[in-house]
Amino acid sequence: MRVRRLAAWTALPLAVTLGLAACGSGGDGGSGSSDPNAAVSIQIGEPQHLVPTNTTETSGSQVLAGLFSPLVDYDAQNKPYEVAAESVTSSDNKVWTIKLKDGFTFHNGEKVTAEDYVNAWNYGAYAPNGQGGSYFFEKIAGYADLQGEKPKAQTMSGLKKVDDLTFTVTLSEPYIDFKTMLGYNAFYPLPDAAFSAPGVLKDSYEQAPIGQGPFKMKGTWQHDSKIDVERYDAYPGEKPKVKGVEFRVYQQLSAAYADVLGDNLDVLPTIPTESLSNAPTDLGDRYQVSPMSSFQFLAFPTFDKDFSNPDVRKAISMAIDRDEITKSVFKGSQEPARSFVSPVLPGYRENTAGSAAEFNPTEAKKLYQAAGGPSKIVISYNGDGGHKDWVDATANQLKANLGVEVVGSAEPKFADLLTKVEKKQPVGMFRLGWVMDYPSMEDYLGPLYSTNGSSNYYGYSNPEFDKLVKEGSAAKTQDEAIAKYQQAEDILAKDMPVIPLRFGENVYGHSSKVKNVEMDLFQRVNLVKIEAAS
Amino acid sequence: MFRYIVRRLLQMVLAFFGTTLIVYALMFAGQGDPIQALAGERPVTEAQRAYLTEKYHLDATGVGGFFYRYFDYVKSLLQGDLGQSLTGRQIGDILQAAWPVTLKLALIALAVAIIVGVTAGVVAGIRRASIFDNSTLVLTLLVLGIPTIVLAPLAQYFLGVKWQLFPPTAGSEPTFYALLLPGIVLGSLSLATALRLTRTSVAENLRADYVRTARSKGLVKRRIVTVHVLRNSLIPVITFLGVELGNLMSGAIITEGVFNIPGVGFNLFRGIRTEDGPLVVGIVSVLVVVYLVSNLVVDVLYAVLDPRIRYE
Repeated sequence: MRVRRLAAWTALPLAVTLGLAACGSGGDGGSGSSDPNAAVSIQIGEPQHLVPTNTTETSGSQVLAGLFSPLVDYDAQNKPYEVAAESVTSSDNKVWTIKLKDGFTFHNGEKVTAEDYVNAWNYGAYAPNGQGGSYFFEKIAGYADLQGEKPKAQTMSGLKKVDDLTFTVTLSEPYIDFKTMLGYNAFYPLPDAAFSAPGVLKDSYEQAPIGQGPFKMKGTWQHDSKIDVERYDAYPGEKPKVKGVEFRVYQQLSAAYADVLGDNLDVLPTIPTESLSNAPTDLGDRYQVSPMSSFQFLAFPTFDKDFSNPDVRKAISMAIDRDEITKSVFKGSQEPARSFVSPVLPGYRENTAGSAAEFNPTEAKKLYQAAGGPSKIVISYNGDGGHKDWVDATANQLKANLGVEVVGSAEPKFADLLTKVEKKQPVGMFRLGWVMDYPSMEDYLGPLYSTNGSSNYYGYSNPEFDKLVKEGSAAKTQDEAIAKYQQAEDILAKDMPVIPLRFGENVYGHSSKVKNVEMDLFQRVNLVKIEAAS
Repeated sequence: MFRYIVRRLLQMVLAFFGTTLIVYALMFAGQGDPIQALAGERPVTEAQRAYLTEKYHLDATGVGGFFYRYFDYVKSLLQGDLGQSLTGRQIGDILQAAWPVTLKLALIALAVAIIVGVTAGVVAGIRRASIFDNSTLVLTLLVLGIPTIVLAPLAQYFLGVKWQLFPPTAGSEPTFYALLLPGIVLGSLSLATALRLTRTSVAENLRADYVRTARSKGLVKRRIVTVHVLRNSLIPVITFLGVELGNLMSGAIITEGVFNIPGVGFNLFRGIRTEDGPLVVGIVSVLVVVYLVSNLVVDVLYAVLDPRIRYE
């Protein structure tokens, strides 16, 4: 699912701060007309896959966002609106009718039909295809029959074609956010040309994916090097303002950063951590910050008796000065978190963790001692993700404010950390992060805290919480759902299974050759808005 | 000579299988959960785990499992198939894309080391204790002392970003010019060593009897140095440079990362990081061949440089 590393390669530590000679590169983008015949370049990592249902990381999803057009996208309030869909409706939130807009064609000229969606989704859900995003279809009726080594069926009973441009989706249970979900890249359609036989994807498809979006492939995927796309003129939606995009693969963000400084690369969606402090001076107004959905937190193994008392967990949370760490370690590139869902969501409330997230060392110490907290705390993290600095800072704060021994312990890789946690080995507290798939409170609450949540690694279980999330999903209206979700969030504030620490932001930079560079909540550059300065 | 080369080639086959076996065993032993490593910080779905486990025989564990997977690997290797990396790409394709650029980079580095290093070494050797000799000594010590991990970003920042003499990164289809800076950075370490080696060797040979004889015969100095001294002095340097070529090809990990060159070094690094056993073994196998061939070339060059050395 969606816990991703924030800085893919928090590059090798440079013994030399490049700040030695912080030179402003001068030229700033900005006004002037734009050149519709120019191509722009955007940094990505090497995508793992370019099949919509198998793409769950940012780089691949950035490329697919150019090649495909989603059924729905999100407006400024992060509510869904139709793009490739004409309408998405349901009277009971269980049977959904999706009508497609007429006029969409795949890049090979094929007309987009309801069948293309049904086929693509069935392919994605069918377990033997091993698609990373298959769990997105688990709410659709009949999903279970496609699981296991020898599935009972090849297609989900919940998907029905009505006519060329209409199909219905029956869910196994009512889910109010289903329309919101459809903005995720797993719900893109696949053309007939993608399949060699029904349900069998061509091997070559991934090397040059055919979509129905604003850009089409120019040549094939040049592994470890680049992916070139160009404007698809028959696209009926909002036309891009550039001729093409070169997604250039970088192995290290620091190399890409040097290229942006040298105007050799146009957009760097993530400024490398070690350059954060001098990036504002280096880039001037080409250094930008925008909201993003990531959420960083410290989790407690609630099954461990050291941390089973909520008061101990609250005391630890109170002893952490979030503002100080976001300022000193992250140079303001992240925001302190005091709630359990991201501020980008409809239904977000400030400070839901209440007093537990307020920095109060004296109260914290009192509460900690009264609750009998452990005399030694370990904070585990993965050493490959650039987490050492803030974990050490947190450990020092806890040491000073609680008067106990606190050490940070690095596991080589995130996988090693997860394996230990799953085996319930003593790792102490551990860091986790979360990036949403679609803007719904349920996408934070369900997977992270419900008893059977896919990413609930801390053994947290509260039947009341589970019930509220379920009721929220099944609600009739959005308002009703949000009310339920908020009640569930209030339970988290009481139980504190995790300590909210920070909300992420897109911290990005661009060259002087582009303007209108916008990033969405999923760390993707808006490819329709970007312009080349001329 | 011919029999020698054949014997060496046969040894190479043995060495090749020996090393791949060892690397495969190390990779196998150190393997945690490659499927999770591949997915980064995302939990892997059951379906995907089952699919990958079956595809790469990851359920074959223990000693039996090791030999099962190793022989499976060797079998396809003998058919010229390096297999698939855990990301599903053909390792042959990966290497085909990565190889040329790394080779170019290594050759530039080697050329820099030979042209600058050997020339400066000869000059320093002839003029012992001169200002030139002393300043190269200081400079080489400095270069040997600064690790590539510091040198590469510094060079990139000053020469690439600040003064814009070179492009900051090279990319996958670089021009010669774009590869020059990374080549110099990569070659700087071998340059320094080659310079010191040449200098010592030249200085020593200048004192040798045959030089005195040549001088008393009235030969001009240039002829003495180029024909007599250089020829004898280059033997240790050639040994070093021959082996260094192998080093340069595999040791480009840092340089390739800093200058964004998707070559062999990077792929090796990625393979190790993601516990991608097949990819690591595939690259190492090819690197072993490079080492073996460059060693063979070095040995043959000995005979060319010094006819006294006989192989039979």
